[in-house]
Amino acid sequence: MENLIALLVAAPLLGAAVLLCGGRRLDRVGHLLGTLLAAASFVIGVVLFADMLGKNADDRTFTQHLFSWIPVEGFQADVSFQLDQLSMTFVLLITGVGSLIHIYSIGYMEHDERRRRFFGYLNLFLAAMLLLVLADNYLLLYVGWEGVGLASYLLIGFWQHKPSAATAAKKAFLVNRVGDMGLSIAVMLMFTTFGTFAFGPVLKSAEEHLGGGATLTGIALMLLLAACGKSAQVPLQSWLGDAMEGPTPVSALIHAATMVTAGVYLIVRSGAVFNASPDAQLVVVVVGAVTLLFGAIVGCAKDDIKKALAGSTMSQIGYMVLAAGLGPIGYVFAIMHLVTHGFFKAGLFLGAGSVMHGMNDEVDMRKYGALRKYMPVTFVTFGLGYLAIIGFPGLSGFFSKDKIIEAAFAKGGTEGWILGSVALLGAAITAYYMTRVMIMTFFGEKRWQPDGEGHEPHPHESPKSMTIPMIVLAVGSVFAGGFFSIGDRFLHWLEPVTEHSHGNAPISATTVTAATMVVLVVGAGLAYLQYGRRPVPVVAPRGSLLTRAARRDLLQDDFNHVVLVRGGEHLTRSLVYVDHTLVDGVVNGTAASVGGLSGRLRKLQNGYARSYAVSMFGGAALIVAATLLMRAV
Amino acid sequence: MSAAAVHSLWTTAADPMLKIPAPKIEYGQLSPTLIVIGAAVVGVLVEAFVPRRSRYYVQAFLAVVALAAAFAAVVGLAAGGYGTTKAHIAAMGAISVDGPALFLQGVILLTGLVAIFTFAERRLDPEAHGNRVDSFAAQAASVPGSDSEKAAVKAGFTTTEVFPLALFAIGGMLVFPSANDLLTLFIALEVFSLPLYLLCALARRKRLMSQEAAVKYFLLGAFASAFTLFGIALLYGYAGSVSYGKIADVVDGSVQNIDPALADTMGNDALLLIGVAMVAMGLLFKVGAVPFHMWTPDVYQGAPTPVTGFMAAATKVAAFGALLRLLYVVLPGMRWDWRPVMWGIAIITMLGGAIVAITQTDIKRLLAYSSIAHAGFILAGVIATTPDGISSVLFYLGAYSFVTVGAFAVVTLVRDAGGEATHLSKWAGLGRRSPLVAAVFAVFLLAFAGIPLTSGFAGKFAVFKAAAEGGAGALVVIGVISSAIAAFFYIRVIVLMFFSEPKADGPTVAVPSPLTMTTIGVGVAVTVVLGLAPQYFLDLANQASVFVR
Repeated sequence: MENLIALLVAAPLLGAAVLLCGGRRLDRVGHLLGTLLAAASFVIGVVLFADMLGKNADDRTFTQHLFSWIPVEGFQADVSFQLDQLSMTFVLLITGVGSLIHIYSIGYMEHDERRRRFFGYLNLFLAAMLLLVLADNYLLLYVGWEGVGLASYLLIGFWQHKPSAATAAKKAFLVNRVGDMGLSIAVMLMFTTFGTFAFGPVLKSAEEHLGGGATLTGIALMLLLAACGKSAQVPLQSWLGDAMEGPTPVSALIHAATMVTAGVYLIVRSGAVFNASPDAQLVVVVVGAVTLLFGAIVGCAKDDIKKALAGSTMSQIGYMVLAAGLGPIGYVFAIMHLVTHGFFKAGLFLGAGSVMHGMNDEVDMRKYGALRKYMPVTFVTFGLGYLAIIGFPGLSGFFSKDKIIEAAFAKGGTEGWILGSVALLGAAITAYYMTRVMIMTFFGEKRWQPDGEGHEPHPHESPKSMTIPMIVLAVGSVFAGGFFSIGDRFLHWLEPVTEHSHGNAPISATTVTAATMVVLVVGAGLAYLQYGRRPVPVVAPRGSLLTRAARRDLLQDDFNHVVLVRGGEHLTRSLVYVDHTLVDGVVNGTAASVGGLSGRLRKLQNGYARSYAVSMFGGAALIVAATLLMRAV
Repeated sequence: MSAAAVHSLWTTAADPMLKIPAPKIEYGQLSPTLIVIGAAVVGVLVEAFVPRRSRYYVQAFLAVVALAAAFAAVVGLAAGGYGTTKAHIAAMGAISVDGPALFLQGVILLTGLVAIFTFAERRLDPEAHGNRVDSFAAQAASVPGSDSEKAAVKAGFTTTEVFPLALFAIGGMLVFPSANDLLTLFIALEVFSLPLYLLCALARRKRLMSQEAAVKYFLLGAFASAFTLFGIALLYGYAGSVSYGKIADVVDGSVQNIDPALADTMGNDALLLIGVAMVAMGLLFKVGAVPFHMWTPDVYQGAPTPVTGFMAAATKVAAFGALLRLLYVVLPGMRWDWRPVMWGIAIITMLGGAIVAITQTDIKRLLAYSSIAHAGFILAGVIATTPDGISSVLFYLGAYSFVTVGAFAVVTLVRDAGGEATHLSKWAGLGRRSPLVAAVFAVFLLAFAGIPLTSGFAGKFAVFKAAAEGGAGALVVIGVISSAIAAFFYIRVIVLMFFSEPKADGPTVAVPSPLTMTTIGVGVAVTVVLGLAPQYFLDLANQASVFVR
């Protein structure tokens, strides 16, 4: 059974190779092949899952060793996989949602002439993401980490003819480099401290506090930096909004459901390292809490439906990071929210894509309105996703978010109160901005306008290949949370890997739930008053200072420009100066002297066999003499 | 030999009581060589009896089948344990059947097989008078530019003798690394050298250059052979035997009884030292080590490119195999004498090859100097004198030979009106015009440069690691510096291909038949696989790294 693990990665990898190298003759079947291989990976995942369920909770860890890449004394770079409950959860999420989005893309990308390449990239992404979660050591995880970064870059810039898409891809790539740097430093630190990359020994050493507190904190902070890059957490959040330039299925799969949650995976997987460093954990919860509010505020001001959802993604991942930073109190709930979020956010994005599909690719919600009549399926599925994300009682988000808020309070002390309040405030803002999106898109009067070429949009329901994945995801959005929570199923499933403790809650769970309900009603009500009771202006009003700042992503790009770009330019200029005068002088001097030597030696090769023979004779005499000399010495 | 000794030979041979025993030959264990040589002989008969029209097909088929069968025989022997537990000396002490021999024979046969595909390629040159033509002269004996040459081209003659010639050469190469006495070594040397001299002279285009290369190669090769032969004579004088094992015993001092006929010379260290130096020189000539390398650029440039690819890869494998056996089986007892000398040669070879390559303007000459630098890197592994040294050299040879055959196969594809466009300036912008070919060539160049994830990195790493562990740290430092210099000119070609504007009158890339595609494909596949997962093959080389004595 263990031998199937490699197939999980191999199937989409094969798809990527075939689709990207196969050339135009695969254009007609490429999308089907890609979807089939994604589905194959899902089926393998389900088979492994069934097998895992049949075992005791303690021996549910499967490993498969493929090969070692040049083992040198003390340096063991293994290509081997580890499938435990945590990886299994991700495998099912990635391949399940991934397969649905492949199906959706068949319809969504139907008229794109580069569709085969699109599916090739999607398969590449699946393979890399599966490698990331299945690796049994940090080095292999790093390979997957870079792989998803590459796939994300390629897919954001998929419509590279649009300068905005090309720029967005570059931005995502550059910002992610900062995080990747953190991961590589963390991996190197681990190797120098513990002498290995493998999860088992590294985490065990961290549990025993080997290597000293400062080093462990350093490793943990570098891991956090990596997580911030990949999961768009403050301060490396700026790329996610622009990443919405990619095709919508990409936004749903990579920038909502799976890849952006890799940071959460990294933190939870490295739990022992964080547990050993309370300082680092404090930084993690601060990052989570700040991002939670940051994303939510940005989400309130955006008129672009995808960017509003992107802000929401950032904010929801903030919840997960917050939970992960709480330590054993929160790990399980971080992952549980990650899974339910995967369902409803992917569903919301697919719904947004369906709306855009019917509206000539219009993304401005101010030019939507009243679409519920024209797109009933989209309306219902999107609506269920909406109810799930705001935490409507009984739906997925209700269970998973509530647990995180409870866990935040359970942290204890002032810290617990602050974190709990921030999480509650976040829930209120979530209700506000999601209600706003819902009302502006599906309710009110229609505000459509002809586009630049005079085409009036004719909103219509999307084809089956698009609606069916939306329906499936909507079902998940409704029931997943309840299924996981009743009888603490998810808790028992994941506990052997992540451990769990209850903390000491200052207020009872019922109180927290009640408070959550109150803020939900307040948030949604506020949005209704503002957008439901009066017509939405087609041109955005000027708005308050906060609104204007939020529209500009709370000035993140201005900040980056002033601090990083300007500062960076100064730094580069001085470095370039040093490089030109000092380094280049040495390098060019060396190169010139080697080149000059080369020119002179080359003259020895004059083409005459007699000269060659003399050279050989001289050489022979020399080695004879040298051999004799060696004996004499 | 004194007069009394001659007399005693006379009398013993005439003695009716002393019968010459029938030699015992283990045909099964020699089967790889026998198959190849047998097929070469059949190939000669094919030239005599098969009609001209079908000769090409028969010869190409025969060569491919023979090489594949011989490879299967090698695999069979290795699977039968002849590389490890059952390793022994066969054919009355003439041939060793052991791990290194089988490994290198396997490499030579596979390289030969993919190289033969490029020999058989007939789609690159435009058809001449309605006949498909390959890289070889229509009629080797006709004077270039003469009427008889034109008549031969018009009649559609082809030199199908190249196939049996290549088979003879491969046959000799198979024996070379497994020879267990100096005479067998010498005969193998000649058996594989002579066909190569001929093959070098057979280019269809630029025939004068090709013939010049062949004559130079022949003259210098003969010169080197003479040294080798003289060295063999001196070693016989020293040890009273040409057998590796017996010479080693005398070197070790474990044999004290002196043959009365050689009483004047036996055990005289001067003979040993001079003899070793001279035999080694012959081998260093074949691997192209500085200062015995001068033939390499001229011959690589002049020879038909498929032949260049073949000999650049296979000759190096065979010659390094023989050098390893000589140093590890015959001379371990005097490694303190030969190691410093080899150190010096390795250093000047690495640096010399890399430095002179920088100013080359012809791609074939560039690759020739690159091969010299690589000879230096391999020598660094040879010097290690540890089992790791042997296995790393074996691995390096396997990796390097496929990269080389593949790279030269790519060179055959880039053509203009005058045949192959080998001047580097013509390669400018190739990546724009033919991205795939340029990308493949870039992979080969990166492998030559030893960039990670290619076989070149794994090989270089193994060799340098072995050298460092063998106490040659300084050599490794120089090796890394040379690699850095070498990387410059490899990367320069990549820059030229991808970041320069294509010239208006630039060359075109010919679309090859599946034959050359196979060669290049195998080259890329081996390069990438050995780069991504070298461990399996390193283990294989490790298992094969014990010499029988």
